[in-house]
This record gives sequence, C-alpha cells and structure tokens, in this order.
Amino acid sequence: MDILEIFTQYYDYFLRGTRTTILVAIVTVILGTVLGCAIALMRLSKIKLLKGFSRLYITVIRGTPMLVQLYIVYYQLNFISYPNGKIFGVALDRVIPCILALSMNSAAYIAEVIRSGIQAVDIGQTEAARSCGMNGAQAMRYIVLPQAVKNILPAIGNEFVTMVKETSIIQYLGISDLMYNNGIVITSTYNPLPCYYISAIIYLALNIILGKGLNIFEVRMKRSER
Amino acid sequence: MENSTEKNMEKNTEKNAILFEIEGLCKNFGDVKVLKNIDETIYKGDVMVVIGPSGSGKSTFIRCLNLLETPTAGTIVFEGKNITEKGYNLNFHRQKVGMVFQQFNLFNNLSVMENVTISLEKVKKIAPKDAREKAVTLLKRVGLAEKADAYPSQLSGGQKQRIAIARALAMEPDVMLFDEPTSALDPEMVGEVLQVIKNLAEEGITMVVVTHEMGFARKVASRVVFMDDGKILEEGTPEDIFEHPVHERTRDFLAKVIHVI
Repeated sequence: MDILEIFTQYYDYFLRGTRTTILVAIVTVILGTVLGCAIALMRLSKIKLLKGFSRLYITVIRGTPMLVQLYIVYYQLNFISYPNGKIFGVALDRVIPCILALSMNSAAYIAEVIRSGIQAVDIGQTEAARSCGMNGAQAMRYIVLPQAVKNILPAIGNEFVTMVKETSIIQYLGISDLMYNNGIVITSTYNPLPCYYISAIIYLALNIILGKGLNIFEVRMKRSER
Repeated sequence: MENSTEKNMEKNTEKNAILFEIEGLCKNFGDVKVLKNIDETIYKGDVMVVIGPSGSGKSTFIRCLNLLETPTAGTIVFEGKNITEKGYNLNFHRQKVGMVFQQFNLFNNLSVMENVTISLEKVKKIAPKDAREKAVTLLKRVGLAEKADAYPSQLSGGQKQRIAIARALAMEPDVMLFDEPTSALDPEMVGEVLQVIKNLAEEGITMVVVTHEMGFARKVASRVVFMDDGKILEEGTPEDIFEHPVHERTRDFLAKVIHVI
C-alpha cells in the first residue's frame, strides 16, 4: 500500500516528470523519424559520398552507448547558444541537446527500418513505374513509399516504444523527467521500491497507449489496400 | 485466325518507317556476356516474336529496348534518336514504349482504375477526369471495366495481366514490349491474355513479344526471331522458322518445345 500512499502524496512530482517525458518523447520521435528518413534515402542513394556517410553514421551510433552519445552531444555542442527560457519548467538550453542526442540516436535505427522496408518492396514495382515514364522520385513517392510504409510500421512502432523508455537517460543531464523526479521522491521518502513501481506503471501506460494508437493506424493502412 | 499471318506479312511489306535500329548491342552482367553483338531492325507495324531457350538473353534484349537494362556496348536508335547516348531523357523514351512484365507488376497500393490513370495524371499531366474517361475505355478494351474499383490482390493472374496491358496502352506508346506475358499464368488463363495481345496485333500496334507460346508465335507474328546464347541465330516469317529452320540449334529447340507434331 506504500505505492498508493506515496503516489497520493507525491503525485505532483510524478505527473510533472511524466509531462516532460511525453514532451521529449514526442519531439524525439518526430525529429528522429525525419532525420531517419533522410539517412535512409542517403543510404539508398547512388551518390557514393552520401551512401558512405550514412553507413558510417549508422555504424557509429549503433556501436556506442546512448549515454555516451548524450554527453558527447551535450559537451561538443556547447558552443551553440540555445534559446533561453523554459518549457513546462524545463530549461531549453538543457533539453535541446538532449532531444538532439536522442533524435540522432533513434534516427540511425529508424533509417535501417525504413531502408529495409523500402528494399522489401518488389523491384518490379519500381520497374513498372519507370516503364510508365515516371522519374525516380515519382516512382518512389507514388508507388514504392506507400507500400513501404506498411512494411515499416510494425518495426517503427517498436522503435517509438524504445524511444519513450530511453528518454529516461536525460535525467543524467538534470532534466526533471519522470526518472529524475522519481529520484527526488526516493530521497524524500527513503522508500525506493514503491517509487520504481509507480514509474514503471506510468511508462507502461504510456507505451500501451502508444501501441494502441499505432495498431489503429496499421489496421487502417491494411484496410486501404484490402 | 489462320490468315492473320498473311495479313501481318502484308503489313510487313507495305511498311514503313524504322522504329528501332539496333547495332552491336552487348550486355554483360559482371563477367557473364548475356547479349553478344546484336544487330536488329524493328519496323513500324512489326509483330516481332522472340523465341529461344531460357538464358538465351531474350528478356535482357527486350529490357534493353526501354533501357531497364543499360547496354554495355552498342547503340539503339529509336525513331531517329540515339537513346543509348549519355544524358538522353529516359523518362521521355519510356513514355513511348509500353512494357508488360511476366510478373504483371501492377501497383499493389492502387486500385485498378488508379493503376491505369496514375501515369496519365503524374507523367502526362492529364486532368483526373479525362484520365478516368480514358481508363474506362481501355478497361473495356481488355474486358475488365467492371473491375475498376478492385485492387490487384483481388484479381486473377489473367485479369492482372490484362490490366497491365491497359496500363501500358494508356500512355499511347509507339511500341509495346511483352516480356513473357503468359509465363506466370495458370494454363487456363493464358488464352484470355493472348487474345488481348492478338487483338492489339490486328489493330496494327507494333510489338515485340518474348514468349514460349509457339502456337501464338506462329499465328500472330509477322517475324520470328530465334535467340540462342546471347545472339540472334536466325529470323524470318513464322513459316521460315517453324517449317524450314536452317540452324541445327533452332531445329533442336523447336523439337523440344513443340510436343505435338
């Protein structure tokens, strides 16, 4: 019953932390997807330089811990003057590098998902589109991508869920997300276990909602093709 | 039906402008030489049927004609323009060359109607309403007007291939290329597709057909080309090839593929 007790007393901390977590997760997922698309297209491009860059990028990101990437981005980019101010009580000059690091990380994984999704579309589809006189971009936009999205969705959903959980590392830069506030409650109650349960339940709830949303989207995509 | 060969031959004699002028065409895949120095001329109104054993380069040859394969060497002149020249606008060339594939390759994300209209709208920039009108006419022509709202996954193989033909015709190409159009079909569906192609031939549409359907080649072709090992070994009227083949290889091949004599 400690769980209920602690939650009723400290719910404000948990909810404010959750708000930050959701905010960071949403921005990261969007930015990561956009960046991931760009990297995937580079990976598939015929230009050697772009191809090489994207390959290197993916190798480096996948081969180093995210926490290390977070610190490197934070310290390496400290020459940038981020806008001052706060959003939901979170300092922008602190949260922006976090979002950057998280997006750059997820972009590598999303790029691989997108690339494999595009490559899974039968080459005959592209050939048919090109044979009708479409240029490469048109074939990609009207024929290949719409089909690739269906291949991509389940795996990308997975990546989104991972991102929501991974946002928890931004506590190390002192951003008051769910895990950071979780720590504050622990230090004031000296009772860690119920706190972790509360946080676990909140993360789980977020991801169940996210999963449901993606499911609905997936079903709708399937229906459009029958 | 029996006299269509004659009819085509007439057409052949009263022609005509050169459509494709192919010289020294070579294609290598890595170290494998698939096409070896092919010279060939295709005239307007030709119904050229390409036969030969598998691996002889028939498909590669036909795919070179719309540059789905880039020739390793040689030139292809189409309507007086060298399309193998560097920087030639491929998309423009392909609008004039309709292609029908063995695996149909209908756009799976689009309905039958959209399959036919998409290139009209996006490539030729025709208004959606006009494109639809045109598509309806084409779908009627291949006997599938009632399937306009269906998706490819709901169609039989034969229906898919007929839609693919309608899609290629939509661009009003100067020549139609058929790459083994019936090889992936159940036997009972071969007839409906061949009938559509035969009708087109009789309307005077220029076409190059790679096929294993010898009966079709015999009846519909104005010219039969026998390919073996990346070369054109012999060519002539269906009668020449089927009744009096000159080469040993041709005789061999025909004996193997024509089971009932």
